Amino acid sequence: MIPAPFTYTRAASVDEALELAVQGGEDAKFLAGGHSLLPLMKLRLAVPETLIDIGRIGELSYIAEQDGHIVIGALTSHDAVARSGLLGSELPLLAHAAGQVGDPQVRHRGTIGGSLAHADPAADLPAVILALGATLVTRGASGSREIPAGDFFLDLFETALRPGELLTEIRIPKPHVTGWSYQKFTKRGIDWAIVGVAVQGGSVTLVNMGSTPLRAGAVERAVAAGSELRDAAAHAAEGTSPPDDLNGGRAYREHLARVLVARGLEEARSRS
Amino acid sequence: MSILGTRVVRTEDPRLLTAGGTYVDDLRVPELTQAARVTFVRSPIAHALITGIDAAAAREAPGVLAVLTANDLDDLPPPPPDDGGGGGDGGDGGEAAPLPLGGPWTEPLLAVDRVRFVGEPVAMVITTEHYQGEDAAELVSVDYEPLPPVIGADAALAGESLLFPAAGTNVAVTFGAPADATTFDGCEVVVERTIENQRLAPVPMEGRAAAAVWAAGKLTVWVSTQNAQISRFVLAGALGLDPDSIRVVAPDVGGGFGAKIGLDRDALLVAWAAKHTGRALRWAETRSENLLGMTHGRAQRQVIKIGGTLDGRILAYRLEIVQDTGAYPRMGGFLPFLTSLMATGPYDIGTAETAYRVIVTNTTPISAYRGAGRPEATAAVERAVDLFAVEIGMDPADVRRINLVPPDKFPFNSPCGAVYDTGAYSAALDKVLAGAGYQELRAEQARRRERGDVRQLGIGVASYVEITAADAAGGETARLVVHDDGTATVYTGSSAHGQGHHTAWAMLVQAELGIDMDKVTVVHGDTDLIPLGVGTYASRSLQLGGVAVQKAAVDVREQARRVAADMLEASESDLELDVDRGLWHVRGDPEASRTWAQVAGHAGEDGLAASVNYTEGQPTFPFGTHLAVAEVDTETGKATMLRHVTVDDAGTVLSPLLAEGQRHGGIAQGVAQALLEEMRYDAAGNPVTGTLVDYAIITAAELPSFELLASETPATINPLGAKGIGEAGTIGATPATQNAVIDAVSHLGVRHIDMPVTPERVWTAISDAREGR
Ligand SMILES: Cc1cc2nc3c(=O)[nH]c(=O)nc-3n(C[C@H](O)[C@H](O)[C@H](O)COP(=O)(O)OP(=O)(O)OC[C@H]3O[C@@H](n4cnc5c(N)ncnc54)[C@H](O)[C@@H]3O)c2cc1C
Repeated sequence: MIPAPFTYTRAASVDEALELAVQGGEDAKFLAGGHSLLPLMKLRLAVPETLIDIGRIGELSYIAEQDGHIVIGALTSHDAVARSGLLGSELPLLAHAAGQVGDPQVRHRGTIGGSLAHADPAADLPAVILALGATLVTRGASGSREIPAGDFFLDLFETALRPGELLTEIRIPKPHVTGWSYQKFTKRGIDWAIVGVAVQGGSVTLVNMGSTPLRAGAVERAVAAGSELRDAAAHAAEGTSPPDDLNGGRAYREHLARVLVARGLEEARSRS
Repeated sequence: MSILGTRVVRTEDPRLLTAGGTYVDDLRVPELTQAARVTFVRSPIAHALITGIDAAAAREAPGVLAVLTANDLDDLPPPPPDDGGGGGDGGDGGEAAPLPLGGPWTEPLLAVDRVRFVGEPVAMVITTEHYQGEDAAELVSVDYEPLPPVIGADAALAGESLLFPAAGTNVAVTFGAPADATTFDGCEVVVERTIENQRLAPVPMEGRAAAAVWAAGKLTVWVSTQNAQISRFVLAGALGLDPDSIRVVAPDVGGGFGAKIGLDRDALLVAWAAKHTGRALRWAETRSENLLGMTHGRAQRQVIKIGGTLDGRILAYRLEIVQDTGAYPRMGGFLPFLTSLMATGPYDIGTAETAYRVIVTNTTPISAYRGAGRPEATAAVERAVDLFAVEIGMDPADVRRINLVPPDKFPFNSPCGAVYDTGAYSAALDKVLAGAGYQELRAEQARRRERGDVRQLGIGVASYVEITAADAAGGETARLVVHDDGTATVYTGSSAHGQGHHTAWAMLVQAELGIDMDKVTVVHGDTDLIPLGVGTYASRSLQLGGVAVQKAAVDVREQARRVAADMLEASESDLELDVDRGLWHVRGDPEASRTWAQVAGHAGEDGLAASVNYTEGQPTFPFGTHLAVAEVDTETGKATMLRHVTVDDAGTVLSPLLAEGQRHGGIAQGVAQALLEEMRYDAAGNPVTGTLVDYAIITAAELPSFELLASETPATINPLGAKGIGEAGTIGATPATQNAVIDAVSHLGVRHIDMPVTPERVWTAISDAREGR
């Protein structure tokens, strides 16, 4: 419960963060809200030599409208996302899902960028931004990149971010179809999802049904083809490889995915 | 009007809630300014021989002052001779005392040549700074030769791998007769089932902690404990010291739930090492350490068998227990002894049999946890009654009413050997049913079943009787002093760790003497000031410690009467104490009065002081009924608790606020056992719920508002009429909640689901029932 020794540095700007990352090399890590990284360090599952605290880079905390898109700075807290009036009207799926993350302390410290960069398949926001067709904007020593959400999550805790590369912004097109739903299934209010489902229009994604957030492709195709919603939902577990752990075996998670997708589709339809 | 029975606000809270609490790790006393830090090296393996320990690298690490292993424990007295109490089959559970078994079962302080659970202390690292300790502990290299782990009852009973080869068995205690073939003769219906009462972690807010200093031939130990005085004697025995050379202090203690009764080996080691190294030392465990190092609770596999007539009369009951006691039998056979003593619960059952075996496994040792053996008894019999009710097709509340001990049978001799003192069991049941609107709930349940709703309603009832102050003969101490400034000090042997004794004891003084509560200081947990005492556990404090305070107050009042009579030149029999104003005067002449300050000032050398050691000849038996309403999502299996209605009759209530607090906390922990909590190990003996991410304690979000109904049936054996309330919540709430969830899906053919009744288990049970499995 006590981390191994590390060096702490703090960046005041994106440029300084990138500079410190170059200096820190392989064993440096960005520290945002710390709510995923610090627990791992305390359990000594992560042993970075240098921490670059980006938590006070004010320029990366914002929510704004830009050319038909909503743009969100990577350091925006879950709480700010959940309470944003702009998101409440333009991207209620995201605002609602952010309000389901952990508990109030977690939502005040944790950031959207940290959650996406951490890429925990049980996390809420990765599947949500996948459903929303977001683009992730990064900056690294060799310049800026724009990565579609579908290409960002590579594996368990693994993303397309390169060492020293900073996620700076999440850019989301305003949805054409308004109906949405977020179904988070937990034992307790504060838990991570055992299974989660995000629906925006005809886009359906799954939380904790594989090593990355997954698109429920078979469901989307069935809905597009005009299937009854319950029939479409029956395809929810196709192509998934859910974990088998204390909170649920594979068969149970597959069943939950079908139930929750059905509920999500119905709720989304009722809202459109 | 007496202050007793009124809603007095806790005097402890302003300090505790504004960061004024001082726990062991916060102590900034002069003796500890230079304290070095203790970090334990713990076994990462469930069962292994230790073939070597190399601490050389750790000794060279920054800040390391010492690394100590079992080899250094050469200045301790030999363990007491085996009294024969713990042999393979010699332990007579019927006479069980809550003491560790000795002989071949002896638990070492540091592992000697074998480790028996993940988390067992193997070495201690002493460093100047806390952070250095964890780094250095990683450098201690221990060679382990793994042995086959013994996990679960079946493996233990198979006996192929033994934890204590010298004992020749994994069964530490055996009690009870084999099943009598005729017991269930005459029963029209008999139901039998094997159920689990799962292993729980106590999870107090403050983990275990100790600090110690050896100076000028005296050992001072600050420890997070439920009883400083008992800790002193444990230390004296283990370290071979005269009790007079030891001072134990319990500062603020952030919860114990039974797991902080006395001292664990870890705390003993801190005290020993302080003396051994001559350094002031401090240890405060981390949460990970707490979940594995602090004792666990419950862990019983139960076979329940119940029989009776088709019209609902229960005639016979048998309970067979396999108590997993973890790696060391720290409480001997005490927990299943209490379970069997309370096996038949509040029911008048003609024939009952109990039997138990206590087994050792490669897991964290089991000890008392809120209820300690009684929740296990209630959980078993309340499941049995529901299984019986469903089998004969009768409403479970009606089955209970038919079989509850009637009011005219008290004191009631239970077939398991307990003598229930006073009770109004069916009144409690009926009050709860009326308060909950039982008939309307059943009607709503029927409507949902009729419609085939996804969300079904379940109603769970649990009636209970429990035993509090089981060790009443051990008694409790109190000393009361009234000072010449009109204030008073209470020295109590009870040891508050969240209960609110300071408020309650001050209320008792005000009620007897008329000295305002805010002029009463309550002191506990310092053996220099209070050498003798027993402590706070077993729901004993008000009925023993509280009565001791009250008796001390009465004694002081009579002393004061003599002094005041002298001052007012009247005869003692004419003196009156105006309790509302705290003034002494002669009857009929209230104007010429004397204050407590004046009387105490006049009392001479000895002042106004009284000491009481109050003992009771027998325990008390609180009782009640809990009713839980659950909504179960039959598609996902998730249960949501909608209501929780209870009567918890603990005799006369001194402070409704404190009593409600005890009920609230207990209910929350009870619901948590029913729905969420379980300490689990994999087949290799690795804990898989070793963090609070996986070990699911309950939060307010999972609980409904509790509907607490009042009921007071005074105890007759003590002057306060008090019984214990501390553990009622876990005893009643657990089976009520479990029964509610099962009731919600019973129409689908589900008869039983083991705790914790998780969504996956509910879904599996529904699926199995549908497929006729
Ligand atoms: C008790 C608890 C409950 C929780 N419950 C939930 C839950 O229900 N649902 C859920 O989704 N999450 C949950 N979380 C996780 C929480 O949302 C975290 O805040 C989030 O996953 C990480 O965000 P952070 O800002 O804290 O990142 P950090 O912990 O600071 O960083 C996480 C990782 O991302 C990297 N990183 C951070 N920011 C950037 C960036 N801008 N660019 C590049 N790399 C970056 C870090 O180097 C690190 O590797 C919970 C956490 C806790 C402690």
